[in-house]
Amino acid sequence: MNGLNVKFGYRDNFLGDIRPVDELIAEYTVLDGGKAVINAGAMKHKEVNDVLREVALRGAFEITVNNVYGQRYIGTRLVLPREYKPVKIVINNFPGNDLGMFLKGHQIIVNGNAQDGVGNTMDDGEIIVHGRAGDVVAMSVRGGKVFIRDNVGYRAAIHMKQYKEKLPVLVVGGTAQDFLGEYMAGGIVMLLGLNLRESEPHRANYIGTGMHGGVIYLRGTVEQHQLGKEVGVRNLDDADREIVATYVKKYCEHFGGNAEEILKGNFIKLLPVSLRPYGKIYAY
Amino acid sequence: MYSYLLPEFTIERSEDKCIRCRVCERQCANKVHEYDEDLNKIFSSNELCVGCQRCVALCPTNALYVHPRVYDYRPNSSWTRDKVQNLKKQAETGGVILTGSGNDKPYRIYWDHLVLNASQVTNPSIDPLREPMELKTFLGRKPDTLEITFEEGKASLKSQLNPNVPIKTPLVFSAMSYGAISYQAYKSLAMAAKEFGTLFNTGEGGLPEHMREEFGGNAIVQCASGRFGVDSDYLNSAQIIEIKIGQGAKPGIGGHLPGEKVSANIAETRMIPMGTDALSPAPQHDIYSIEDLSMLIYALKEATNYEKPVSVKIAAVHNVAAIASGIVRAGADIVAIDGIRGGTGAAPLATRDNVGIPMELALAAVDKRLREEGIRHKCSVLAAGGIRCSADAIKAIALGADAVYIGTAALVAMGCTLCHKCYTGKCNWGICTQDPFLTKRLNPEITSQKLVNLLKGWSHEIQEMLGGMGINAIESLRGNREHLRGVGLEEWELNVLGVKGAGE
Amino acid sequence: MLVQKHFESDRFIPDKEMDACGLFGVMNTKGEKFGGSMAINAIKNMKVRGSGLGGGFAIYGLYPEYKEYYALHIMYQNKNLDAKRRVEAFLKEHFYVVYDEEIPTNPDVALFFPPIVWRYYVAPQKKSEDQAIPDDEYVVTRVMYLNTNVDDAYVFSSGKDVGVFKGVGFPEEIADYFMLDKLYQGYIWTVHSRFPTNTPGWWGGAHPFNILDWTVVHNGEISSYGTNRRYLEMHNYYCTLHTDTEVLAYAVDLLMRRQNLPIEIVSKIFAPPMWDAIEQMNENDKKLFTALRMTYAPLLMNGPFTVIIAHHNEMIGLTDRIRLRPITAGAKGDFVFLSSEEASIRAVCPDLEIAWTPPGGEPVVVRMNSQDHLLSVKKSI
Ligand code: SF4
Ligand code: SF4
Repeated sequence: MNGLNVKFGYRDNFLGDIRPVDELIAEYTVLDGGKAVINAGAMKHKEVNDVLREVALRGAFEITVNNVYGQRYIGTRLVLPREYKPVKIVINNFPGNDLGMFLKGHQIIVNGNAQDGVGNTMDDGEIIVHGRAGDVVAMSVRGGKVFIRDNVGYRAAIHMKQYKEKLPVLVVGGTAQDFLGEYMAGGIVMLLGLNLRESEPHRANYIGTGMHGGVIYLRGTVEQHQLGKEVGVRNLDDADREIVATYVKKYCEHFGGNAEEILKGNFIKLLPVSLRPYGKIYAY
Repeated sequence: MYSYLLPEFTIERSEDKCIRCRVCERQCANKVHEYDEDLNKIFSSNELCVGCQRCVALCPTNALYVHPRVYDYRPNSSWTRDKVQNLKKQAETGGVILTGSGNDKPYRIYWDHLVLNASQVTNPSIDPLREPMELKTFLGRKPDTLEITFEEGKASLKSQLNPNVPIKTPLVFSAMSYGAISYQAYKSLAMAAKEFGTLFNTGEGGLPEHMREEFGGNAIVQCASGRFGVDSDYLNSAQIIEIKIGQGAKPGIGGHLPGEKVSANIAETRMIPMGTDALSPAPQHDIYSIEDLSMLIYALKEATNYEKPVSVKIAAVHNVAAIASGIVRAGADIVAIDGIRGGTGAAPLATRDNVGIPMELALAAVDKRLREEGIRHKCSVLAAGGIRCSADAIKAIALGADAVYIGTAALVAMGCTLCHKCYTGKCNWGICTQDPFLTKRLNPEITSQKLVNLLKGWSHEIQEMLGGMGINAIESLRGNREHLRGVGLEEWELNVLGVKGAGE
Repeated sequence: MLVQKHFESDRFIPDKEMDACGLFGVMNTKGEKFGGSMAINAIKNMKVRGSGLGGGFAIYGLYPEYKEYYALHIMYQNKNLDAKRRVEAFLKEHFYVVYDEEIPTNPDVALFFPPIVWRYYVAPQKKSEDQAIPDDEYVVTRVMYLNTNVDDAYVFSSGKDVGVFKGVGFPEEIADYFMLDKLYQGYIWTVHSRFPTNTPGWWGGAHPFNILDWTVVHNGEISSYGTNRRYLEMHNYYCTLHTDTEVLAYAVDLLMRRQNLPIEIVSKIFAPPMWDAIEQMNENDKKLFTALRMTYAPLLMNGPFTVIIAHHNEMIGLTDRIRLRPITAGAKGDFVFLSSEEASIRAVCPDLEIAWTPPGGEPVVVRMNSQDHLLSVKKSI
């Protein structure tokens, strides 16, 4: 009866009716040496990733995925044997949640908007979104770079970390919603506010709440009450200006725009006031 | 130190036995004992003692006696010693009272009210020493049915099975992270699991890279809210991946490994800079709902090419049965339930002692619910929190568990004396500490043997009891409540457990 | 008033259901009607947000020929004909039934234990003592009576010119089953795909949840449920389904229909600003919001939720105040969309003109012949 078991019905919403990868490749993929074009229009989440992995294993390193509407985890399963070099994935146009989760070294370019969880727990690589992104962008990332042309939703860069030579960077061209940089433990976040009007404050409240590492560079205005208790405001020093200039230029390389104009804006830097924000709340 | 607190322990030293060897002084990280050269005498500061009995156990002449000091305030059943004492601590600091290890409050322990069956006359009991007595268990999702093809009269399997992990005994070490416990303790667990053919759980502190090849085959790795050390190599190095939603000792609460414990090695394993606080947020911020859990489950399956079972560990809370059903429907292959007596390296006392429900009730409710919904086979159930002996374990299996997690019991086997001071980082037994002077007290070669002995002893006892019931494969006991009876339980409790009263 | 169900103690009240889900809604602000393909395909796009244990649609502008009459969609579980007889006797006594028929279904679609679903177009038949009672109130009471007193009968929906179709299955299967795309047109479609953690096998447990012409689809779990429920009971709403969604629907009915508060205020009751934020407001707002929080504290919906609330001429999207559940709005021409995921809007409207995500607690209010939905764009990303 319709795949239902007799009692209450267990339906596999994710793995139900998955087609064999060879069939999908034959029907929806053009593989030409190092290049591959996938038409993901009719594919389920797992199918897209099955195909991606398979074409990468067959040697494709420049992969375009068309007709993407909400398929999740693109790039997650590209854990390839050592001898494979990182691949470049171009997504047209609207990938689903957890884009590039656990990403390891690949590059993902999105020509459209992305949803929640972009670069979730990413280790290395680059995600470039020509549009906006949803909530928890760059959550728990440890390395790699994420560039979002427009705005991001709630809790961007939450619990961002850094480790040895790994220094994750999130650059957002627009503004963000609440809890930007919550629990942040490392890395660099840059919020450029390019789509805000003159002296219009950023939209986020509770910026950097619980922050205990890393740095947020913010271009434009922000009121004191928008900041979490754990952050302090500083002016940029020369080293900061250099970092900001580097990534603003990168941003303009990806999305266009005049880096010099942008750099003329007013930048501040947000730092955790304590590396141990919760050191004193316990009685031993 | 606190100004008006009375010492919790009294230290007595028989001066005629004491040979001034100063062992106690060296052994006590709490700096209780101090030798005075001029007087040639050892003095002890009672107020610093946590009662861990390390000095007592190591004193070569048995000169020491450490015992709890009686409640010296005016006796009061409502304002007990700990209530008064904690209030005084808070009055001085304004802090949250911390504690370690598991809940010590006298909530009913259902294991002690359940008795097992044995065969008499109608059915022979089996002698496990000479006859096969199988404990092998598979953890993972089982299919509804199998597709079999027949070719030339030869049957072969056509269905693709979901990944399952075999264990030789239904005893698995619970999640204890490197960082919460010492490297030596952590490694002992890994070695014992490997030697015995079962699993250990890395907790959320990562799995050191150099251990992956040797011990990955016996590891359950956790992906928890802090995402420490989580990358695709880590996930792929293990047998099972566990999403930690909650912990019995502190449901709904995150974790916090203070910077001073984040040594170079721990930093490397967790992939964070040395000396920074490792904060585990209370929720996983990509899971605010059941469909988000589903999203993470499949993210992990994606990251491991669908080769590993994914477990979801939750604390036993009020709606545990419904939650477990949702977890299975979200795609989990294993559901782990941690009851109110589960242990911890550090938790707020108020939470540890008051939040959650006993695992026995939770386990029975989950098993029942999953069966009612026809999805019990879609997952394995792991029961955790307060399994103290083989009898507890076997009763848990009869209540529906596939296997049990043992945490505190393993620590005790390694030397823990339940002093509840794990959060101080001064564990004199070298378990819950990162101080190299203390951790070297554990030698993994030796401690792992103690753990293997524990597994061996318990497994054997389980076999004995199974044999007594006339059962020779553990799966025949799973959920088999006919082999349990309750003693001294109320009607509603028997109902929840689904067992008859003794004599019924 | 509404029917009270007696429990000897709170201990015996069944556990509430918890579910999580995918939501989608689309409205034409000129009131032009359209078929179900957008709603169906959008929710299909979000299949993994549901588990196939519940799906449903609410359609507005459904019965133009009968728009003066309350349209009752009533399901009879287990195809219980005795329940049907009892319900019909009751309807005969309390209403004028102008027309009734079985809701047509597609025999080729096999679903999980389908009930009989019947529709009745009715007008109140009031006794003299009922004359003073407004029609809406009269109908609500009767509907609640049926839901609580006739076993195996359950009223899916009871508004004028609106109908709810729901059941156990993925929403696209429910749509197929009731042939929504072929048979019906409306100017608002809301749809829900369910991922329950409780009592999965019941058709009545699917969303949308309806009372009169109000419908609610909901995603999340309301941790304040017990508080909300007890407060609503004081106002004579008895939760018979024990779902978060039911609480929301009643709260909407209480505040919007009975107390006449606009959604802009109601949203601030459900998802009030933090006290910190209130501190930052000007005197007037500070007073207003302090009073709102004090008065309606028991109706704060705590915990993660997204809802799409609809009634005639209005569709509203709202999330909890720290946006623990997602919502995205989009617009193209006269069409306005609300959805759990942006990609599903894009999938059914590739040339969308604008997409935006409001902050937590900020409603997106889509009104007939207005651009009010764009008011939230400024505060959004
Ligand atoms: S804390 Fe332990 S080692 Fe120290 S004195 Fe007390 S019992 Fe002995
Ligand atoms: S692990 Fe150490 S500190 Fe913790 S309870 Fe045991 S002996 Fe005490």
